[in-house]
Amino acid sequence: MTGAQAVVACLEKEGVELIFGYPGGVVLPLYDALYDSSIRHVLTRHEQGAAHGADGYARATGKVGVCFATSGPGATNLITGIATANMDSVPMVCITGQVVMPVIGKDSFQEADITGITAPITKHNYLVKNPADLPRILKEAFYIARTGRPGPVVVDIPKDIFTATIDFVYPEEVKLRGYKPLFAGQAEQVDALAEALSKASKPLLFIGGGVISAGASADLVRLAETYEIPVISSLMALGAMPTDHRLHLGMVGMHGTVAANLAVMNCDLLIGVGARFDDRVTGKITHFAPNARIAHLDIDPAEIDKNVRTHLRVIGDLAWSLPTLQQSLARYDFVVEKHTAWLNQVVQWQTDSPLTYQASETVIKPQLVIQELNRLSEGRGLVVTDVGQHQMWTAQYHRFSRPRTLLTSGGLGTMGFGLPAAIGAQLAFPDELVTLISGDGSIMMNIQELATIVEHQLPIKVAILNNNALGMVQQWQRMFFNQRYSHSSFGVGASDYVKIAEAFGATGLRATTPGELTEVITQALAINGPVVMDIHVCAEENVLPMVPAGASLDQMIEGGVG
Amino acid sequence: MRHTLAVLVENHPGVLVHVAGLIARRAFNIESISAGHTEEPDMTRITIVVEGDDRDLNQVVNQLSKLVDVIKIIDLTQEPSIERDMALIKVKARAETRSHIVDIVEIFRAKIVDVNRETMVIELTGEESKIDALCEVLQDYGIVEMVRTGKIALARRPGAAKDDE
Repeated sequence: MTGAQAVVACLEKEGVELIFGYPGGVVLPLYDALYDSSIRHVLTRHEQGAAHGADGYARATGKVGVCFATSGPGATNLITGIATANMDSVPMVCITGQVVMPVIGKDSFQEADITGITAPITKHNYLVKNPADLPRILKEAFYIARTGRPGPVVVDIPKDIFTATIDFVYPEEVKLRGYKPLFAGQAEQVDALAEALSKASKPLLFIGGGVISAGASADLVRLAETYEIPVISSLMALGAMPTDHRLHLGMVGMHGTVAANLAVMNCDLLIGVGARFDDRVTGKITHFAPNARIAHLDIDPAEIDKNVRTHLRVIGDLAWSLPTLQQSLARYDFVVEKHTAWLNQVVQWQTDSPLTYQASETVIKPQLVIQELNRLSEGRGLVVTDVGQHQMWTAQYHRFSRPRTLLTSGGLGTMGFGLPAAIGAQLAFPDELVTLISGDGSIMMNIQELATIVEHQLPIKVAILNNNALGMVQQWQRMFFNQRYSHSSFGVGASDYVKIAEAFGATGLRATTPGELTEVITQALAINGPVVMDIHVCAEENVLPMVPAGASLDQMIEGGVG
Repeated sequence: MRHTLAVLVENHPGVLVHVAGLIARRAFNIESISAGHTEEPDMTRITIVVEGDDRDLNQVVNQLSKLVDVIKIIDLTQEPSIERDMALIKVKARAETRSHIVDIVEIFRAKIVDVNRETMVIELTGEESKIDALCEVLQDYGIVEMVRTGKIALARRPGAAKDDE
């Protein structure tokens, strides 16, 4: 068979059911081979949409997302999507075409050094130089993408490899001397943590996206419940523990809850679980958890001591370490009641300083939009966001009850992620409600994907929190740049999103008052097809609380009605 | 403190770019890096000298270990090992200074590998400090150009580093 047919055969062997992509010059042989396959291919309207689509599919399902792009500009258009997946540890295999081998390095038409460009933003990448290597490389690519700490892998395939003839044998197993993802770690590390936990009086679990990618949410909840330990989440961990769980204090960090941030500042043992202590979480790193010993459970040894110095570490898959910790703790004479005073304290903070905002009867408050979406959808389905104020309000005000129900670009903070990622989520779960919460800035960054949505009649509900501005930029300009709104307003020439939706063939609805808001959301949820809601929200709203960049977590600017 | 790391990697295209790129973007301080073939045709050995405290070192080792093509990393600072650097030094050598330079070369047990009417090229293998010392002496005569391999190192014990658990 040809190299192109071998690629398709490999994907079939890997159980790939969906590919996002965009054809072009050098991948025509691949697309020709795909023509005979039963694998579904979704043509996005931009390669960036293909990368985020595969990413959204992977985040929603936990499976490896796959995308195709041609050489040169096709491949470079994937870059933002690959970097987004890499920062959030999302398993992806991106197959890019490359110019024929004899002209590589000659600045040929549509040539770009894609393995060079993607080296810093992939878990691994390959340039296939020998057609016989194709099956092995694809096998390795999927294995590397999904095992250990997941991540994106790029396989760059020259056109003459696609057209070469090979004997196809898909390898049974992967042999990589330099890649041995570890599942179980050292039991002594777990025992040391159990010992520390048995002595702590103010323990705190700080969970990150790793809990979700390890499928360890239930283990985490069980640990917290058994020993009455409060839990705080990074943005990426939302959904790992139900928002409304009595032990869950909400999101921590720059826009975290008062209770979560104060818990960090006052705990005596902080246990990071599958989190990477990102600067948006820690605030001023030297003032992070100043009274605590810090423990860190992670599958990636390079995360240990990268940002914060830890006293205890447990390296291994959380699906191993959390149950092992639970077993180890059982050996201690544990008086759960000794956490009661601490628990009462954090609950008090929660009661004293809930998330609040000044309600309005005339204008739509953006926080209300999130609350109404949550209420009217009864918390069903998956929520996808873009990046900015609406993202933070979603994290704060939406309730999540299970893992993989919030898909958001956390690490890279990619505006334009939402619409294509929502496509990936909806294709993965055709019967689930998929809601995209976006802003008028973000939505325009991949608005072309409305065409993909309409083509496949995906019943995605898009809520645009339209403030005619780049809200988060303006918030910073308001707070830190003397209200000098430099190039952050869309006042003149603002787009009509209802007409845009209609032009693409979707339903467009608009809400400008709180009354209309409820009506529009209700109407949208009743429509069995794609809907864009243009929701005019008040522009001068800040996301609060806020820890200014570089401040410690107890230096919050609090907001609301007080 | 300085650490000498032996990094065993798959001899794949682009592996040096991966290693060097990672070091650059993680902002680690590298003193020298040198690479070459090994006893196994599909394995390359890269010797990296890195400056930093234990935490920096752990980060370098852990981040490099994540590269799929990196098979193994050994910190040779932790054990007795032989360390060598090689230099080729082209120094000004006119008739009247030539014999002085030959004396110096002998004292350092270096070799003269090329001579012409104006310069000579000296080859010296040894520990870095020895090469530094020779360079300092030769400066009086005028070093025209020079090249160094960067440090390479091998553990003294029997057995190969790649076989360690």
